[in-house]
Amino acid sequence: MPVAIEAQELSKLYRLGQMQAAYGTLRDSTSRLAARLAGRADPDEKQEIWALRDVSFNVDEGEVLGIVGRNGAGKSTLLKVLTRITTPTKGRAIIRGRVGSLLEVGTGFNPELTGRENIFLNGSILGMKRREIQGRFNEIVDFSGVGKFIDTPVKRYSSGMYVRLAFSVAAHLEPDILLVDEVLAVGDAEFQQRSLGRMEALSGTGRTVLFVSHNMQAINQLCDRVILLDGGKVVEDGDPSAVVTHYLHSALSSGSQISWPDDASAPGDDLARLLSARVVNEDGEALETADVRRPIGIEIGFRVVREGPPVFAKIKVSDNQGAIAFNAMDVSAHWNDHSVPGRYVATGWIPGNLLNEGRVSVEAGVWTLHGAKLLPHGHRYDAVSFYVYDPGDGDSARGRFVGQLRGVVRPLLDWSVERVD
Amino acid sequence: MFVIRPAPRWPHLDIRELWHYREVLGTIVWRDIKVRYKQTFLGVVWAILVPAFTATVYVVVFGKFAKFPSGNVAYPSLVVAGVIPMQYFASALSQSSMCLVANLPLVTKVYFPRVLLPLAAVLVPVVDFLVGLPVLITLMGLYGTWPKGVQLLSAPAFLALALVTALGIGFFLSSVNVRYRDVPYIIPVFLQVLPLVSGVMYAVEEVPTKWQWILAVNPMTTVISGWRWAVLGAPEPIWPQAGLGAAVGIALFLIGLTVFRASEPRFADTI
Repeated sequence: MPVAIEAQELSKLYRLGQMQAAYGTLRDSTSRLAARLAGRADPDEKQEIWALRDVSFNVDEGEVLGIVGRNGAGKSTLLKVLTRITTPTKGRAIIRGRVGSLLEVGTGFNPELTGRENIFLNGSILGMKRREIQGRFNEIVDFSGVGKFIDTPVKRYSSGMYVRLAFSVAAHLEPDILLVDEVLAVGDAEFQQRSLGRMEALSGTGRTVLFVSHNMQAINQLCDRVILLDGGKVVEDGDPSAVVTHYLHSALSSGSQISWPDDASAPGDDLARLLSARVVNEDGEALETADVRRPIGIEIGFRVVREGPPVFAKIKVSDNQGAIAFNAMDVSAHWNDHSVPGRYVATGWIPGNLLNEGRVSVEAGVWTLHGAKLLPHGHRYDAVSFYVYDPGDGDSARGRFVGQLRGVVRPLLDWSVERVD
Repeated sequence: MFVIRPAPRWPHLDIRELWHYREVLGTIVWRDIKVRYKQTFLGVVWAILVPAFTATVYVVVFGKFAKFPSGNVAYPSLVVAGVIPMQYFASALSQSSMCLVANLPLVTKVYFPRVLLPLAAVLVPVVDFLVGLPVLITLMGLYGTWPKGVQLLSAPAFLALALVTALGIGFFLSSVNVRYRDVPYIIPVFLQVLPLVSGVMYAVEEVPTKWQWILAVNPMTTVISGWRWAVLGAPEPIWPQAGLGAAVGIALFLIGLTVFRASEPRFADTI
């Protein structure tokens, strides 16, 4: 099998100053120079980071390779190097074939120009020849569904139309090698599904695709092989489901429990402080993976520092895409009009058969009610997280269906069926 | 097949690659022309009005009140013949200096030789230049200052010198602007002084000899005096002086290009 991409020990060094302060003025530089002359350390100096470190892999012609890893693992940097937007600091890559890249939909779209003009502009910038664009023009317009607005300036488009047109141009790019970064994350669910379909169709025609995504389902569905990057290094390279599972396990940025040893470091104020948060099963044991059918307890420890308005625990539960499943707070009446100083533990139970499969992140906190508003005292985003799985015994909301059911929640409903004829 | 490797120590220009991306150059030029006139009510008419206004002010202030020397050519046509290339140079310079930052999404999201951006920026104002020409031709008709024969053919060469000089400075300033956003403050100052030392509102030969050297190192002096000679039949430029100006222009181009190519690998990281 001929090799389409050969990456050999690609490395990329960034100076942190370069990444953070996007640009400076001469004054910044002169003050830095002054600091250096005065013998003081330049704050920006020596803060270097290897965004990529000796990354080597081969991609066969026609192979669809997924790249996963948490934010900052080097995925985007790798694509930027392979697309020649930036140069590697060391190493090299050999690329055989015409490369098309898609790091963003609608690159170079100009709001003043019409849809028609932007198709030509964007197409040309993405590497299509004018003749090719002309040849596929009708297809592009049809796919986008903006039809009669094609001669309207895109600044008058709704954001949905804009994205559809932009993606549509990109989807008709037909290079030998396609490098794609997270573009499927845009648009609504229906559009994402369509984009995914288009990607599948593209890979079906023998094109080599390099695909970066946080959407594990898409990675599983599209890729022949997956590389896991961490800290700029390839830590795993292999079969999609194995790499994805390993990644999901390691990617839980927060654990299933967290606690603050002393009040001073605990998030909070002079009224109340958050001391701990834990994910537990019915036996009160901490858990990292939860059976979708069983109730899951979120246990929150807190201290009421002084007498004050009633303090209660509140959680916000989100899926791994950041979509909020729900907010829930303790509404039981421990205190009628004021809270009493002391340590407390509150546990909220998420019923079984409610959350969907995947990583679930919980924001935990202690709050008070202030007029019509909720007032946080101590809280922590992504305080704890856990992974919901379905053993697939057939008694969950999935029944005997083996695929993914979309949605943040996946309740098991009561169904009644009557024959009506 | 191509190989991605660390940035070379010595910058060079890959002409074959530029040729490969020629359609992208065309697209960017086309986009900038379209966008520029799209939202203005008078559109392309501005390309006539701006030089006409500027020239009128110069004619009244410097020609009527200050009685600047105009050599053997009618003052208004002398001024317009200076204003039009200067206007071109000013737009070309300021747009090419801003081109990388103005096209930030392109620089950080797609690959093409970055040289195309300043190049497109100096090509776009050529349109304004061409549209402004009828103003000059009208005046030439009014004052009967017609070109004297074959020297007219050298006119594009003088314009090309303006382009090359603007491109050279644009290369340099646009790469500086990626890192230091001070450039937008420098350019207007520079462009206000430049017409005064390029002979836009006076005939270059009329300047006292002891001051001539200031004009000589300025490529725009060569452009303007050469252009007047070619299209107005004004006296010949002082050739050694004009040659020096041209040499400075070409040197600026080469220096600018080298700086640009050398900093190009870091554009996407620092912009």
